[in-house]
Amino acid sequence: MSFRAPSILPGFGLTFGFTTFFLSTIVLLPLAALVLAGTSMHWADFVHTVFSARAIGSYRLSFGASLLAASINLVFGFVIAWTLTRYEFPGRKLIDALIDMPFALPTAVSGIALTTVFAQNGWIGRLLEPLGIKVAYTWLGVTLALTLISMPFAVRAVQPALLEVQRDLEDAAETLGAGRLYVFRRIILPTILPALLTGFTLAFARAVGEYGSVIFISGNLPMKTEITPLLIVIHLEQFDYQGAAALGLVMLVISFVMLLAINLLQAWGRRNHVRTAS
Amino acid sequence: MAAAGTDSYAQEAHRPGQRTWMHAIVRALFIAISLTFLGAVLLAPLATVFIMAFAKGVAAYLHVFSDPDTLAAIRLTLITAAVVVPLNTVFGLAASWAIAKFEFRGKSVLITLIDLPLAISPVISGMIFVLLFGLHGWFGLWLQAHDISIIFALPGIMLATMFVTFPYVARELIPLMQQLGNDEEEAAITLGAGGWMTFFRVTLPKVRWGLVYGMVLCNARAMGEFGAVSVVSGHIRGLTNTMPLHIEILYNEYNFVGAFAVASLLTLLAAFTLVVKTLVERTGYRRR
Repeated sequence: MSFRAPSILPGFGLTFGFTTFFLSTIVLLPLAALVLAGTSMHWADFVHTVFSARAIGSYRLSFGASLLAASINLVFGFVIAWTLTRYEFPGRKLIDALIDMPFALPTAVSGIALTTVFAQNGWIGRLLEPLGIKVAYTWLGVTLALTLISMPFAVRAVQPALLEVQRDLEDAAETLGAGRLYVFRRIILPTILPALLTGFTLAFARAVGEYGSVIFISGNLPMKTEITPLLIVIHLEQFDYQGAAALGLVMLVISFVMLLAINLLQAWGRRNHVRTAS
Repeated sequence: MAAAGTDSYAQEAHRPGQRTWMHAIVRALFIAISLTFLGAVLLAPLATVFIMAFAKGVAAYLHVFSDPDTLAAIRLTLITAAVVVPLNTVFGLAASWAIAKFEFRGKSVLITLIDLPLAISPVISGMIFVLLFGLHGWFGLWLQAHDISIIFALPGIMLATMFVTFPYVARELIPLMQQLGNDEEEAAITLGAGGWMTFFRVTLPKVRWGLVYGMVLCNARAMGEFGAVSVVSGHIRGLTNTMPLHIEILYNEYNFVGAFAVASLLTLLAAFTLVVKTLVERTGYRRR
């Protein structure tokens, strides 16, 4: 087979050439620099940087809080998607549009706004204070910020899948005497499971790399509330480029694994059921 | 989403078993949980931005925008977006033409590579340019010898922003063009139209709403990018501070009115982005 199938449309050379050139200069070459800088380190230095106590503390927070945030969004994302697709209520369209707000809102803005709301004297922080719950400047705050910025991924992944659930099957099952929970477990859940997992993974992947909104609410204490991206920035500010590159490489590998997982999940979702016209 | 959704609402009232008290309780519960969650996590912070910005009155709010450093930050953000968005738009059009109009080997790899910046932490997106062009980076000494500054200067900010917003236009256009097919373009070419004419008179009008949406998203991200720009900018007040970075500085100086006033502009930009998205979807164009 030749490189490309014949077509009467012109412009393949120009557009393909420009695309690969631009992609290489802006994205691929700079990323290659990171991979080279990270791998050209002495093995001992690399291990020392990547497995230092401070780095491990930051992974624990970054991954722990991201997993927690993605799990929270798995539950609430489903509830919100269900509410928006199945129920009609005043303001539904407005809420539906607002779901994308964390996409569009700069992370610095969500960071300072969340910190203000959940600080000890903030609207919600004040209510939680008597309960002994501190959100701002703790790992809870980090989780909260990550939950906010990854929320749209979870909702938007599940929404189309919920619309595709065949209502006839639900009706048939109920006519035959199945309860709502049984219908949910046997008909709805299998249809939306790939979408739920895709949303979870997308939310997790986004949360792990997040920087802007977290640094305001986390307090940035080493070993306690310091996320990995912040540790990279600290290395860079000390002109320790190699240390930064080593940590960056670890995160890059994780991003690739997540990307692979997302693609596999989406392929599974497509295979699992024939999509009705979308 | 809206079109397919409306049908199910219309049927809702006539569905068997939907009028029971059990169903009503579940419905109320789901709506209550959704609204509480969104209220606490999303609406309260949004309201805070404006309440804090106007905490000391309208005069104090407006006074923020007479500060030369704030104006410089706004100007820098606008300049960056004015360069980055058109470049990424041209790229998006070229990439979608190559990918949607032709069949070639390695296409899915190319699509994955274009989406790559979305999967990468903003901090890493900035760092790669520091590794290349920073003082201790690969080209650092050469650049210094030739008196060219990229890091801690405008070119670095633009490069980092370009990297972060790279996929936005392309990933709107590629699925849209694939869905619309090649029939009309092939007809135009067969009838004697040139390549550019076909593009401007046939393809561009077909995909215009997807293009608008992609550009608006790209612009929102370009103006709001924090992490990547923070790494390359050097935070020089009045010189290399974009709006999001300026928010951080003002906030850390406890100038809350200033920080939230600048934040309110970016919040309005985000709201504008969502309005455009809603309008575009109303034309029948649906995100996939």
